[in-house]
Amino acid sequence: MSEITDSETLEAAPDNPVSGIDQSSGNFKYDMTYDFDAGTGLNERTVDYISSVKKEAAWLHDFRQSALKVFNSKPLPTHWATKDLENINFDKIRYYLSQGLKPKRTWDEVPADIKRTFERLGIPEQERKFLAGVEAQFDSEAAYSNIKEAVAKQGVIFMNSTEALREHPEIFRKYFGKVIPTGDNKFSALNSAVFSGGSFIYVPPGVKVSHPLQAYFRINAENFGQFERTLIIADEGSELTYMEGCTAPKFSTATLHSAVVELVALKGAKIQYITVQNWSSNVFNLVTKRGLAHDEAEIKWIDCNIGSRLTMKYPGVVLKGRKARGEVISIALANDGQHQDTGAKMVHAADETTSTVVSKSISVGQGRATYRGVVHIPRHLKGCKNNTECDALLINTNSRTDTYPAITVRGDRHAVQHEASVSKVSAEQIFYMQQRGLTEGQAMSLSVNGFVNDLARQFPMEYSVELKRLIDLEMEGSVG
Amino acid sequence: MSKSAPTLSTAADLIGGFTMDVFERHLSSLPKAPAWWLERKRAAYARFAALPLPARTDEAWRFSNLSGINLSGFAPAERDPKPHPQDPADALAVAPVASLVFVNGRLSGGALPPPELVAKGVVISTLYEALAKHPDLLREHFMAQPQKLGSAKFAALHEAFVEDGAFIHVPKGVEIQKPIVVVHSVSGMATAVFPHTLVIAGDNARVSVVDHFTSADKHRHFACGANDLYAGHGSRIAYAAAQCWSHETLSLQFNSTVVRRDARVQSLNLHLGAKQARHESLSQLQAPGGFSEMLAVTVATGSREFDQRTLQIHQAPSTKSDLLYKNALLDKARTIFSGLIVVDPDAQKTDAYQSNRNLMLSDDAESNSLPGLEIQANDVRCTHGATSSRIDPEQEFYLKTRGIPQKAANELLIFGFFEEVLNRLEDDELHAALRTLIRTRIHL
Repeated sequence: MSEITDSETLEAAPDNPVSGIDQSSGNFKYDMTYDFDAGTGLNERTVDYISSVKKEAAWLHDFRQSALKVFNSKPLPTHWATKDLENINFDKIRYYLSQGLKPKRTWDEVPADIKRTFERLGIPEQERKFLAGVEAQFDSEAAYSNIKEAVAKQGVIFMNSTEALREHPEIFRKYFGKVIPTGDNKFSALNSAVFSGGSFIYVPPGVKVSHPLQAYFRINAENFGQFERTLIIADEGSELTYMEGCTAPKFSTATLHSAVVELVALKGAKIQYITVQNWSSNVFNLVTKRGLAHDEAEIKWIDCNIGSRLTMKYPGVVLKGRKARGEVISIALANDGQHQDTGAKMVHAADETTSTVVSKSISVGQGRATYRGVVHIPRHLKGCKNNTECDALLINTNSRTDTYPAITVRGDRHAVQHEASVSKVSAEQIFYMQQRGLTEGQAMSLSVNGFVNDLARQFPMEYSVELKRLIDLEMEGSVG
Repeated sequence: MSKSAPTLSTAADLIGGFTMDVFERHLSSLPKAPAWWLERKRAAYARFAALPLPARTDEAWRFSNLSGINLSGFAPAERDPKPHPQDPADALAVAPVASLVFVNGRLSGGALPPPELVAKGVVISTLYEALAKHPDLLREHFMAQPQKLGSAKFAALHEAFVEDGAFIHVPKGVEIQKPIVVVHSVSGMATAVFPHTLVIAGDNARVSVVDHFTSADKHRHFACGANDLYAGHGSRIAYAAAQCWSHETLSLQFNSTVVRRDARVQSLNLHLGAKQARHESLSQLQAPGGFSEMLAVTVATGSREFDQRTLQIHQAPSTKSDLLYKNALLDKARTIFSGLIVVDPDAQKTDAYQSNRNLMLSDDAESNSLPGLEIQANDVRCTHGATSSRIDPEQEFYLKTRGIPQKAANELLIFGFFEEVLNRLEDDELHAALRTLIRTRIHL
C-alpha cells in the first residue's frame, strides 16, 4: 500500500471566526500517495484511464465516453444560475485518485492514514452506536464498507457502486441512468463520464431496514473532483433510511463535488434520504438528486446544507405511480462568502400524487440563500396536490435571500399552493431572552434553532444534535 | 467548451415589418416636432433593430410562447383615420371628468377638462401638444424608466414608432376626483399601434386615469403600448386599464410606476382581449412612505396566452407594495405570472406582498407561476403566495342545492373570486363598469 507521510497539515485558524468555524471538525488533511491518479484535466484519455483502472465492461466505457461528449457540448447554465460557476476551471481538476479499489470490511484493515481521517470524524464510533451499515469514501473510492450481518441476511445489498457494477450488473444496469439521464444537465453529464464510488443499495420486497445505512464522503486532495454515483432501489413494500455526510479540508483552491443520486421506490416502498453537507467553503457542490416513486411509494429527501462555497442542489421526485408521495425538507445556512442555491423539484406524473416542500434558510453576514423550485403538473391528471412553504431568516442587515419557484399546473382537478416569507429574528424574543440572563449571541442561537426546530426534529437524534451544534457555531460572532 | 448554436433569427426576423423605410416614412408623416424628439426616436429605432428577439434561454421569457412574438406582416396605421363606431359591448360606462380618444394612434376626439381644472394648471392633452407646451416635463418623464422585465427591444420599438398619446399632468396640490378616460382604438388588418399614456402627479396632487384599449374590428392587430405613472411626494394616482383588444391581437404593454415620498399609487389591469398578451409592470418605490398597490384581473378564454411579469423594487426604507393578480382560466387558455420583489440593501422596514391566484376552470387550461423574491435587507416583511386550484366543491355544491344551474353558479363563483380585487377600487362607478366588461366577455 501507499507510504504514509506523517506530515499532518492542519490549516491555520481562519481570520474570520464566523466563516471558518463550521468547518473546524473537517478541516484537516493528511498527505497521501495515491496508487491511481488520472492526472489533471479532462479528456477522452482521462475517461479511458478511469474505465481501465476499474476494469469496466465495454458498455460502461462507451457510456462514459458519450457522456463526456454531452458534457462538452452543454453550456454552463449561467442564464439562470450564478456566474460563479464560470470560476470552475475544469482543466485544473484531478478527476480520479485512489489507493486501490477494494474497500475493507473492518476498520483494522483500512490504511492507517485513511482510518485516522475517519476516526477524527467519528465514523467508526457512530457505526457502533446506531448504524446498520457504513460506507466511507475517501476521494474517488470507498475505503471501508460494511453492513451488519443481520441486515445482509435479509437480502439487503449495500456496497459502493464500483463493486456493485462488478457483482450485481443485472440490477445496476437496469436502473442506472434511468432516473437522471446523462443529458439532464451539464454536471450530471460530467458525473456520468467520470463517476467513481458512491453507494449502491438494493432492499428486497417487504424488507424494512430498521436502522439507517450511512455513507460518508471525504475529499482529502487539493484540486480534486469527487463524482460519486449513488443508486438506491427499494423493492415493493420495503423501507429504508439512508444518510450521507460530507466534509473536506479548507484548501486555497476550489474543489468540485458533483454527485448524481438516483432513487427508485417501487410499489409501496419508502425511502428516506438524509444529507448533512458540511463541505469547506472552497467546495463547489453541484449535485443532481432525483427519485422515482411508483404506485403508493414515498420518497422523502431531508437535505441540510451548511458548508460549501456554492451549493446548487434541487432534490426531486418524479411521482410516476398513482398515489405516490414526495417530500423535500430543506435547511440551508449561508454564511459569509457562501451561496446556498437549493430547492426542490416535484414532477407529478400520475393521478392523486401529492408532494410537499418545506424549506428554511438562514442567511448570516453576507451569505446568500436561494430557494429554487419546480412544481409540474401535466395535462389530464386528476387529484394532484402540492404544498410548498419557504421561510427565510436574515440575521444581518446585509444578508441576502432569494426565492425563485416555478409552478405549472394544467387542468382543473388539482390543488397547488406556494407560500414564502422573509423575516428577521424578532427583537422582542431576543430582548426577552437577554432579560432572562442569556447573552445576545446565545439568544440569537436559540432563536435560529427555534426557527428550524420543527424540521430538525424529523432528523435522527444524532443528526439533529449535530445540526444544533453547527448552528450554534455558525451563529457565534454574528451579532453585534 | 462548445460554441453556442448559430442563431436562427435573420435580420428580417429581428425587425419584422418595421424596416428602416417604414421608419423613415413614419418620421416624415409626423407633425412638426423638435429635433431632440426625432433624435430620441432615431436612437430608439437603432436600439430596436440591434437588440435580439427573446430566446428560449431568457429567464424573462420563461414559459412564454415565443413563436407568437412575430413582428412580420404588421405595419403602422395609415394616416387620416376615420372615427369608427365602438362595439357597444366594449363601451366603458364611466362618466369622466375629461377624455381623449385615439384612433390608430392619433387623437380623434374626446371631452375637454372643465375650465376650473384648466385654470388650476391641469393638463389633459396629447404628447404632441406637450412637446410644444411642456417639453421639459415630457423630456424628464417620457420613457424615462429602465426596462427591466425583458422587453427592452419592444419598448424601443414603441418609442421609435409612437404616434401620439395621452399626456396628463396634475400640478402640485390639485385634486381631481372623477376619472380621466383615455380610449385607444385600433382598426384595419395587420395594423400596428403604439398607445401611450403618461401621468404625472405633482406633490400632493390626486388623479384617477382609466386606459381603455379596444379594437374596432375583429382583425389581427399589433399593440405595443407603454404607460408611465409618476407620483410626486404625497400624491395619489388611481390607474385602471381595461384591455379589450380583438381576439387576434398581439399585445405587448410596458407599465412603469414611480412612487415618491408618502405617495400612493393603485394600478389595476383588467385583461380580457388579445390572442397573446404580455404585460410588464415595474414599480419603483423611491422614497420612504411610498405605497404601490398592483392589481390585475384576467379572464383567459379560448387558446389565449396572458403573460404577466411584475417587478416591485424597494429602493428606500419604509416603503410598501402589495400585489394581487387573479387569473380565471377557461378552455385551453394559458397564463404566466412571473413576479419579483426586490429589496435593495438598506431598504429596511420594507413591507412587500405578492400574491397570484389561479382559478382553473378547464382541464385543458395551464397556469404557470413564478413568484420570486430577492431580499438584501433583514428588517423587512416580505411574503408571497401562489395558488392554482379549481372552484371549491363545497361552494359549488351549495349553489347546486339552491337550484342554480351550473353555468350561472360558475359565473357567480368567478365573480366572487374577482371581487376581492375589484373591491379595492374606490370608485364604485368604475367598479361596476369593469364588472360589466367582464360579464360580456365570459362565455361559460
